[in-house]
Amino acid sequence: MTVKRLRVDLIARVEGEGALDLDIEDGRVRAARLNIFEPPRLFEALLRGRGYTEAPDITARICGICPIAYQMSSVHAIENAIGVRVEGPLRALRRLIYCGEWIESHALHVVMLHAPDFLGYPNVIEMARDHRSAVEAGLLLKKAGNEILRALGGREIHPVNVRVGGFYRAPTRSELMSLTGCIERARDSALQILRWASGFSFPDYERDYELVALRHPHEYPLNEGRICSSRGLDIDAASFDSEFEERQVEHSTALHAVLKRRGSYLVGPLARYGLNFERLPPEVQSLAREVGLAAVCRNPYQSILVRMLETVYACGEALRLIDGYDPPEAACVAAPPRAAVGQACTEAPRGICHHRYEIDAGGTILGARIIPPTSQNQLCIEEDLREIASRHLSLSDDALRDRCEQAIRNYDPCISCSAHFLKLTVRRA
Amino acid sequence: MRRPSPQDHQPLVIGVGNPDRGDDGLGALIASKLAQLSNARVIVRRADLLVLIDDWVDDDSVVLIDAAAGSSRPGTIHRFDLATSSLPPNLSASSTHAFGLAEAVELARALGRLPKRIILYAVEGIDFEPGAPMTAQAARAADRAARRIAADLRSWRSPRRTH
Repeated sequence: MTVKRLRVDLIARVEGEGALDLDIEDGRVRAARLNIFEPPRLFEALLRGRGYTEAPDITARICGICPIAYQMSSVHAIENAIGVRVEGPLRALRRLIYCGEWIESHALHVVMLHAPDFLGYPNVIEMARDHRSAVEAGLLLKKAGNEILRALGGREIHPVNVRVGGFYRAPTRSELMSLTGCIERARDSALQILRWASGFSFPDYERDYELVALRHPHEYPLNEGRICSSRGLDIDAASFDSEFEERQVEHSTALHAVLKRRGSYLVGPLARYGLNFERLPPEVQSLAREVGLAAVCRNPYQSILVRMLETVYACGEALRLIDGYDPPEAACVAAPPRAAVGQACTEAPRGICHHRYEIDAGGTILGARIIPPTSQNQLCIEEDLREIASRHLSLSDDALRDRCEQAIRNYDPCISCSAHFLKLTVRRA
Repeated sequence: MRRPSPQDHQPLVIGVGNPDRGDDGLGALIASKLAQLSNARVIVRRADLLVLIDDWVDDDSVVLIDAAAGSSRPGTIHRFDLATSSLPPNLSASSTHAFGLAEAVELARALGRLPKRIILYAVEGIDFEPGAPMTAQAARAADRAARRIAADLRSWRSPRRTH
């Protein structure tokens, strides 16, 4: 019997720190373990004893790339607890700021982190020497996303303007209209990057993932919708615990979220797109077909195309929301506390982000639970790694490491968020 | 953060780092001292340093100030001319920022978007733990670094002096 272990000590071009161990025995992959060793963040404990109005500002600190996902899931969960609905222009503003986050996050991952994998460059710096126009387009796109966050959130990193009940300050119509030129250029850049990426060579690899994402009656999901899956799941956020659970695993500081009855599931762009294709505007559906995407895509490598398609959509949606914006009379609605439990799911760039809060009659947070998208995708990533590594066992350890790292980057994992992440160790026996 | 508009060819000073991580606040602290000691335009960036490429889009002369870790004695002030050379590898691999300083500088160089004159001052710190205060050694080094950079900036305006 021969045993070999391959280890990637620190996975590059992902957000946060993690490692991968592959155990190979008699020419078969026996185990693939994603080791998230970023220290526990303890945000849930930090929230206990704080006021319910502090949750969006505290949870925004979980991530510099996707703070809006945490702010939105927290305010929606707390508003569900206290029985408050945010409608009209305030709801539109929340959707607009989320569009900004999708644009900047997707641009960063697609151009700066993921595209070099497909073109054989070690990083975006080397790629920029030969693909300057695409990289410039990516920078412009990211800047546009940041501008939206700054206009609505006060600043692009850890925004400070989101509150339970709405916003601390609502922008004027002219402030939003000043963004339109930048967003129109961003949409052109997203189209350019999408068509550029559609020329990449994608490995022939598909898996029958259970796709899990929000579905809304009319909209491509951002802030609202029922939690649905490609195998019939259809629940509201309050029923999350009846279908999902988190499990501790020895090799990771991140909990693994699983479907209680079926195990692994996939969240993020492929799931959102596959469950909501008909919610995309006809011109975006046509664009998907133009770049070779069917209505459901199960090839994780093609997530790069879906991310940029979603970016085109987010730019158009942002322009639509700005065009229809009629400033609210007040920047927020009354949101008095009451003793209750509330849950909510929103669509972070990497997939559904679930929050649950218990508060007392005075508004003190008694308990909080946050399930980020990367912790939900961990099991799927390990299953992909086992399958992909099995197909490439004849490669050298270095080449196999590269394949595995690319497989992980398909998921745009946000390791700091999940920290509850990457090194690759291959053990061959 | 609003980017100040370029005025009279004043150099742009960018302090980099996270003041909530002990000595990682050196860049912001030294930049704030330079705002008092010189008429340079000063901004601070704490994360996602890709934005630097847009920060200096209209500037020919830029000073970057960041903390460094672990290659020399604490408080040591390093000066690097980034227009002529890349950051040494021992200083480029330890960024606490999502897209680090070295990557932003080298991406700008690859895109032809590096300012004509760009100097990095890196000041050696000791403690970079989240939530830690700045160490006394780093605080003393900040004063020395600010005076040295201010003198450097004054020489930039002299037509007889070049770097």
